Amino acid sequence: MNLLDLHKRIERSSGLLIFGILVVASIGGLVQIVPSLYQESLSTPTEGVVPYTPLELLGRDIYIRESCSSCHSQQIRPLLAEVRRYGPYSRADEFVYDRPFLWGSKRTGPDLHRVGGKYTDAWHRVHMLNPRAVVPSSIMPAYPWLAERAADADGSIAARLRALQRLGHPYTDEDIAGAAETVADKTELDAVIAYLQSLGRARTRGSSL
Amino acid sequence: MSAKVAAVHYEDRIVTAFTAAAVLWTVFGMLAGVYVAAELVWPELGFEQPWLSFGRLRTVHTHSVIFGFGVSALIGTAFYSVQRTSHVPLFAPRLAWFVFYAWQATCVLGALSLFAGINASKEYAELEWPFDVAIAAAWISFAVVFFGTLARRRVGPIYISNWFYGALIIVVAMLHVVNSLALPATLTKSYSLYAGAQDAIVQWWYGHNAVGFLLTGGFLGMLYYFLPKQAEQPIWSYRLSIVAFWAFVYTYIWAGPHHLHYNAIPEWVQSLGVVMSLILLAPSWATMINGVMTVSGAWRKLKVDPALKFVVLSLAFYGLATFEGPMMAIRSVNMLSHFTEWTIGHVHSGALGWNALITFGTFYYLVPRLAGRPLWSAGLANVHFWLALAGVMLYVIAMWGAGVSQGLLWLSLDELGEVRYGFVDVMEAMAPYYALRLVAGGLFLAGAVLMAVNLWRTMAGIETVRVAPPAGALAAESGA
Repeated sequence: MNLLDLHKRIERSSGLLIFGILVVASIGGLVQIVPSLYQESLSTPTEGVVPYTPLELLGRDIYIRESCSSCHSQQIRPLLAEVRRYGPYSRADEFVYDRPFLWGSKRTGPDLHRVGGKYTDAWHRVHMLNPRAVVPSSIMPAYPWLAERAADADGSIAARLRALQRLGHPYTDEDIAGAAETVADKTELDAVIAYLQSLGRARTRGSSL
Repeated sequence: MSAKVAAVHYEDRIVTAFTAAAVLWTVFGMLAGVYVAAELVWPELGFEQPWLSFGRLRTVHTHSVIFGFGVSALIGTAFYSVQRTSHVPLFAPRLAWFVFYAWQATCVLGALSLFAGINASKEYAELEWPFDVAIAAAWISFAVVFFGTLARRRVGPIYISNWFYGALIIVVAMLHVVNSLALPATLTKSYSLYAGAQDAIVQWWYGHNAVGFLLTGGFLGMLYYFLPKQAEQPIWSYRLSIVAFWAFVYTYIWAGPHHLHYNAIPEWVQSLGVVMSLILLAPSWATMINGVMTVSGAWRKLKVDPALKFVVLSLAFYGLATFEGPMMAIRSVNMLSHFTEWTIGHVHSGALGWNALITFGTFYYLVPRLAGRPLWSAGLANVHFWLALAGVMLYVIAMWGAGVSQGLLWLSLDELGEVRYGFVDVMEAMAPYYALRLVAGGLFLAGAVLMAVNLWRTMAGIETVRVAPPAGALAAESGA
């Protein structure tokens, strides 16, 4: 039976067609994704990589809410110009507590993976409220509403930490019980700044860079 | 068959509904796109309103054009063509209407949720988990209606367009379910089941193949049905379409990791992505050649038929984008293009040049047939054609210029090995390109508005025509 005859059978049966598409389209994903899901070096934290504090986590979730990753990558490629500009290149073992990952696909603004510690909290505060006050030609939006809202306005921090604990992040029950208190008097702006200051520190803290 | 056969007619009112929805989503989605383009020129246009800020509105733009416009057009044309290639009305018409209302409600509420900042942050899968569940329900219903209709067909072979629409349904279901797996923390917030590098690999398997099976495969289904109809000639090569179809389904799925070159994922995964991306050029161009050869011999129709002009131009952009894609998947090219505006240019040469143009051409053919009277204004459709062509060309040129400059300036080192240009310097160099892109988007949007008026005037005040399937027994072989 030649291939054209085989195809004559497939194209006369919607069941065979569905089955054929499912099998043929699955192969690539199975070969590329399944081994990656079991590769421990992609899911084991390197030294110094710790889960986000409650305030940093809220900040990260606000970063997601405002879709900051539309314009800012968090992925320094192992290219000389990138390492010179942004700092040590990004490694998989730095992202194991990132759900979802925020590497981004576009740099309308600069990469932020090593932004932690690069500017003061005060600089970030001014910049977020009016980017053009510190970078005159900036085209970033201003985010004044962050300063007006409580970081955990809907009281969901415990639920957030609990979900991450179930996914394997090493939060203790005490961490979760005490979380609301640690963020009680903070604004969304405080949270975002705490998150930005935490970025990439595992590899830059204490180094000469 | 029973004596009732004579009263049977195709379910075309639902095609009209999906077409109308797709046209509204075109105008809304592209308006959002033009607005975010303007925000990159004048950042004050966000007016310090959360819902108008760039990040949120850009997500509303991509959501509206892909899922509102693209998918509405695909489901509508799938329902139209599957009935005509099967010689039976839609299976389970009530379920088909459920698909319509469920999909539109999900897209409208989804857009509102993105305005509100409820965002899962995976590109082109930003809606949060309650919407993911709703999408799955609507999609499975779509599958039941589509494959149910195919199963009851009165034509022996399943026509080519249905293979592509079928692949769209099956593979997008698979991608959506696997990529959306997450643990809800609250009603509006969930955390991905995958973390870090693993999440990135799963996401770009999804992201690339949403482009592959939705924006390419689905629209190839549209091409294989509507192009032969418009050219009034059968598909040039049936064998080529078989080979191209299976090669396409097999190869596309491997290409996702080219979105993660030099990123923190295993190198063998990136390398496989390059090889498969290059191979993908073959089935892509085989289909393009099949399309162009199908029109060959009907070129004279281009003078009088604005609808066919759109479709032929879309084939040219399909060929361009599917050549550019594999080139950008080569690591040394990607080193320059990644993270730059070149990516945006590539996406829009596909999305505007291929997806939007073939859909516009299809609608100009389809709506007069749904209405049972000629297009309100062929002249206006011609104006639309030139606005669309000027818009997409300017857009792509602006983003190529921007992207290549950005890539070269970012990577440029001085004699001491230090970066030559600060980030702000490079950003300032983008200003003229961003302005040009805004003009380009405005032209393309203006054309889409003219189309909306034209189609509305064609259809206004009349019922969708009732068309009966051909009478008689099993047709021997389906032609085009």
